[in-house]
Amino acid sequence: METNEYLEVFIEESKEHIQSLNDHLLELEKNPSDLSMVNEIFRSAHTLKGMSATMGYQDLANLTHKMENVLDAVRNNKLAVNTEILDVVLEAVDQLEEMVLDIASGGEGSKDVELLVEQLDAIENGEEIPAATKKVDDSQEEVSHSSAVNLASTLDEFERTVLLESKEQGFHNLELSISLREDCLLKAARVYMVFEILEQSGEVIKSSPTVQELEDENFDLSFTVLLVTKEDPQEIEKKVMKVSEVDKVQADLFTPGQPTKNGGDEPAPASNGSQTAVAEAPVKKEADKKASANKAPVNNKTIRVNIDRLDALMNLFEELVIDRGRLEQIADSLKHNELQETVERMTRISGDLQNIILNMRMVPIDQVFNRFPRMVRQLAKDLGKQINLEIEGAETELDRTVIDEIGDPLVHLIRNALDHGVEQPDIREQKGKPREGSLKLYAYHSGNHVFIEISDDGAGINRDKVINKAISNGVITSEQSETLTEKQVFQLIMESGFSTADKISDVSGRGVGLDVVKNTIESLGGNITIDSKLDQGSVFSIQLPLTLSIISVMLVEIEEEKYAVPLSSIIETAVIKKSNIMSAHNKKVIDFRGRVVPLINLKDVFEVPGDNEEDDYYSIVIIRKGDKMAGLIVDSFIGQQEVVLKSLGNYLTDVFAISGATILGDGQVALIIDSNSLIM
Amino acid sequence: MPEESNQDIKAIVFQLNEEEFAISVKQVGSIERMQHITRVPQTAEFVKGVINLRGVVTPIIDLRKRFGLEASEFTESTRMIIVYMEDMEVGLIVDAAYDVIDIPKGAVEPAPEVVGTVDVDYIEGVAKLDSRLLILLNMNNVLSYEEVKALKTVEG
Repeated sequence: METNEYLEVFIEESKEHIQSLNDHLLELEKNPSDLSMVNEIFRSAHTLKGMSATMGYQDLANLTHKMENVLDAVRNNKLAVNTEILDVVLEAVDQLEEMVLDIASGGEGSKDVELLVEQLDAIENGEEIPAATKKVDDSQEEVSHSSAVNLASTLDEFERTVLLESKEQGFHNLELSISLREDCLLKAARVYMVFEILEQSGEVIKSSPTVQELEDENFDLSFTVLLVTKEDPQEIEKKVMKVSEVDKVQADLFTPGQPTKNGGDEPAPASNGSQTAVAEAPVKKEADKKASANKAPVNNKTIRVNIDRLDALMNLFEELVIDRGRLEQIADSLKHNELQETVERMTRISGDLQNIILNMRMVPIDQVFNRFPRMVRQLAKDLGKQINLEIEGAETELDRTVIDEIGDPLVHLIRNALDHGVEQPDIREQKGKPREGSLKLYAYHSGNHVFIEISDDGAGINRDKVINKAISNGVITSEQSETLTEKQVFQLIMESGFSTADKISDVSGRGVGLDVVKNTIESLGGNITIDSKLDQGSVFSIQLPLTLSIISVMLVEIEEEKYAVPLSSIIETAVIKKSNIMSAHNKKVIDFRGRVVPLINLKDVFEVPGDNEEDDYYSIVIIRKGDKMAGLIVDSFIGQQEVVLKSLGNYLTDVFAISGATILGDGQVALIIDSNSLIM
Repeated sequence: MPEESNQDIKAIVFQLNEEEFAISVKQVGSIERMQHITRVPQTAEFVKGVINLRGVVTPIIDLRKRFGLEASEFTESTRMIIVYMEDMEVGLIVDAAYDVIDIPKGAVEPAPEVVGTVDVDYIEGVAKLDSRLLILLNMNNVLSYEEVKALKTVEG
């Protein structure tokens, strides 16, 4: 079947549904009586099943189907939610995710799910979870049984009774023969639509092949359905014909014969009933589900766009920004009124356009946060700790490229907080804290940055332990340790080769973690700071730029060369008299608003050619990194500008103090100064 | 170049310090006139800087410096040959670039022990065409990353 074009959509949607399953299941755990949550879960599971069956992913469909059965029982108050059930269901969701990922990476999405299926069956039948092999065999047998062609002859006693009763109550029993067109591409989808229509007019009692097989496309082109309805056979025919790609429909009245005595062939009546219910279940649920889905309000209209296209759009726009800069320059030098006006207008419009394009690339950080509840739950379990995770500001938006990179560092920090931060419940009690530790994830916007805070109320960082470790690892000397501030001490734990955990665990503590986190965040143009109080907890705050590709810079000139300093790291600019420059430790410093700020002469750092003529005044750009400040001596300020960040290419990597380049209005390349590496 | 036997090698010929060199056209993206080069501080000496090549920031190497030849003023005929190497894009400054010629397979000989003052490792071979002597360059070694890095650390 030609389903490739649907594959991408399928994978995307499956991921979404799996995520929503995860979310809602966790909600449900907190609030087991909330049946609306079960409905949500059910809806996701059901859609997932339908989609995977349509796409021909058998195992995926099977597992979801079983899961759905359990959920249905919960929904109908036949089962009470408890942790064991949720564990199995969550495990199933995990498996589903693996399968979808397998499909996404080109695999078949097949997986051995027998054990889980058994467990789910057991739950559904109210048995103990592990032992349930028999039931599986039974129901499988049933499926193979019912694939016989002649529907009437396969009717079991229960179905016959239903048909007879409905006839007595004035319903028609119809036998519908439906054939699909030969060129029908999505057979299962058509079947689904047919069933949906039938369910609106009556009740489907049985179908041949079975619903399961129909959903799996295990049929040729035609199938037969037994329907109990009050409507006219012709009406039904017409309705079904409305489904596209249906070739032929024939509805015949049908009278079930008397119950036969071939009970020997069939399973015992008691289990028989329940099995029929299982076979019928999907059809019914389809109807239920559809009904509720139809009721759901149509909210935002969205389309899916491949991220590559957005990247291409962004690249084109970047070119436009460069030309815009050039136009501005030309207009300025020509002093032609009309031209200037037009250019100004264009600048405004392209400014708006830039906002829109940048916004388009923005995604809520929820995309990263949403996997954490699951992770925290599992980790807390593994570690034997009790954790209450709070997430705030999940709607905060960040550029897609940042989102893609920030996941791993956050995972690491959370693992760290759970493993080393929050104590075991007993210890917490001894310390007079609640047994349940709290972990808070908090994201918010501020200016051109997004801040993410990860705070726990755990043991905090032991300053002395950090210092001792740092000294023994040779990161600092003992003399240095005495002058360090609290924050500087905490920064030490992010140096490479540093791990303060007494014992190394699986979760974290191999000593290669936090420095990687720090590097990743800095490579994104952000920074991370740590605050901690012993026995009260720690806060890791991450500051990230909103976007990576277009940044505001201050252009400065040093001799003939132009450099760009990112506005985000500039505090202010100043012009300082030469006599105000003092000297400390052979370094030039200035007194800037009561603080001693070291000066860096960019001419020396960048070895700018030119004679060192001394001026009486220095132009200084004050930059900062965290709490530290420095003043960059330049020749003159050119002004503020939006520029497009470009890399220097693969040939020139790791150029000191240069984070990239940009193309100015006159077509020349200006280098962007990496102020982080200038401040030690 | 045994892998290209039976075939002529199409090459761009350029001039550097009175000698003629050749690079396979397959590696050449374009030939550009000189334009403003932005110096990149603290890089290897032969890295002249970067240019804006139609929106792409492209590093430029001064081939004279790379080969240890004496520097000379840029003239009207000075060109930048943009070469593509694996995932890199680099421009080479040469005295002049004028020709595309076919070098018959048989005309190529392995590099002699010593050719001028140039270190042998970036010379792939020498082609004799009539009275001309073309030096075929191995671009990988010309740009040799290890060497660049080594130079960087020495300087830095």
